[in-house]
Amino acid sequence: MSEVPTVLAAEFPPGVESFDFPSLIPALEGTAWAAAFTKVTLLVWIAAAITVIFFLVTYRNPQLVPTKKQWLAESVYGLVRDNIAKDIIGKEGARFAPYLTTVFVFILVNNLWGIFPFAQIPPMSHIAFPMVLAVFSWALYIGVGIRKHGFLGYLKSSVWVSGAPLWVQPILVPIEFFSNLLLRPVTLAVRLFANMFAGHMILLVFTLGGVALFQAESLFIKPVAFLSWGMAIVMTLFELGILALQAYVFTLLTATYLQGSLAEEH
Amino acid sequence: MYLAAEGGAGSSILLPPLSEIIVGLVAFSVVLFILVKFVFPRMEAMYQARVEAIEGGIKRAEAAQAEANKLLEQYKTQLAEARTDAAKIRDDARADAEGIRQDILAKAREESDRIIAAGKEQLAAERQTIVRELRAEVGTLAVDLASRIVGESLADEARRKGSVDRFLADLESSGAR
Repeated sequence: MSEVPTVLAAEFPPGVESFDFPSLIPALEGTAWAAAFTKVTLLVWIAAAITVIFFLVTYRNPQLVPTKKQWLAESVYGLVRDNIAKDIIGKEGARFAPYLTTVFVFILVNNLWGIFPFAQIPPMSHIAFPMVLAVFSWALYIGVGIRKHGFLGYLKSSVWVSGAPLWVQPILVPIEFFSNLLLRPVTLAVRLFANMFAGHMILLVFTLGGVALFQAESLFIKPVAFLSWGMAIVMTLFELGILALQAYVFTLLTATYLQGSLAEEH
Repeated sequence: MYLAAEGGAGSSILLPPLSEIIVGLVAFSVVLFILVKFVFPRMEAMYQARVEAIEGGIKRAEAAQAEANKLLEQYKTQLAEARTDAAKIRDDARADAEGIRQDILAKAREESDRIIAAGKEQLAAERQTIVRELRAEVGTLAVDLASRIVGESLADEARRKGSVDRFLADLESSGAR
């Protein structure tokens, strides 16, 4: 047992390489497919399976008067449907509730791996996954906008700030174009990624830092390790809030962008 | 070596390996497809069914209430009608009874009058008969008695008849007085 901390302590301070995991299939190591079969992708698959199985099982035989499990599944959908989709998009919002709920649940379950014992790595701290989700949301809100206003109509409604003086438009139009049509998916992805990355990094710092302190030569420094581990526990609880919040924020912003695409005026 | 490792890993933070993107794409697409296709439409349908069940229940309750009110109104009307009818029947019966009583009384009175009249008539007739018989008999008896007493036949019929009648008339007049 005494060797384990030694190995872990060697990783202190944690860096970006702490987020790299070796391929679970050694033969693929070094090839382009190495990243496709790691602990992180395994967690993504398990999260996807849990999500799908949970909803399929709880809603296999729905009743008018819901059972407990059915109620749980319905309240997750109802939360996103009523509190995000309908509140932000309006009465048309229910149409997007399935997508928004899927995004919310997918992010939430994946994020929970960040504090789940033995998993303890949020897949969303690998930008590939937030990127996929952001591209989905981006394509959806642009597609919805084009379908509603036509290509040119949507382009105009997203870049033209009506009400602004004409001479400001040359400055506003490029900024609006850049921020509304190009930057939004980037900020969506980076916000989620960076939060989960930083959260994991903080947990690593306190946990590995505690190990390093415990292994220190000086007897006076050793007890500080417990303080560090205590902080790691506090931060884990804090992380629980953050991971739920980030899932909520991502869904909320997607809904806001959809609302912008459906709005008559910019 | 340390710098190189950091540089290599650092660039991979924001430039993910393609294979990982593919995994994310496939995993999310599968979840999205299954949930959007098989789960959430059923939830919407269930919400709708629930709304209909509740609204249907309310409508049914309202219909039942209206039906009950209608029936109550009907019963009340019927009850009022029945009361009126009963009162009318009672009044009729009372009037009938009174009529019948009057009829019976009138008939009884008539009958009694008739009986009394008949009795009187009969009595009068009998009295006449008796008086006639008595008159004849008394005359005869008196004559016989007188003849026996006198011992001789009163030859003169006319006188005899006249004296008897006179005698009897005296008797009657004194009796009437």
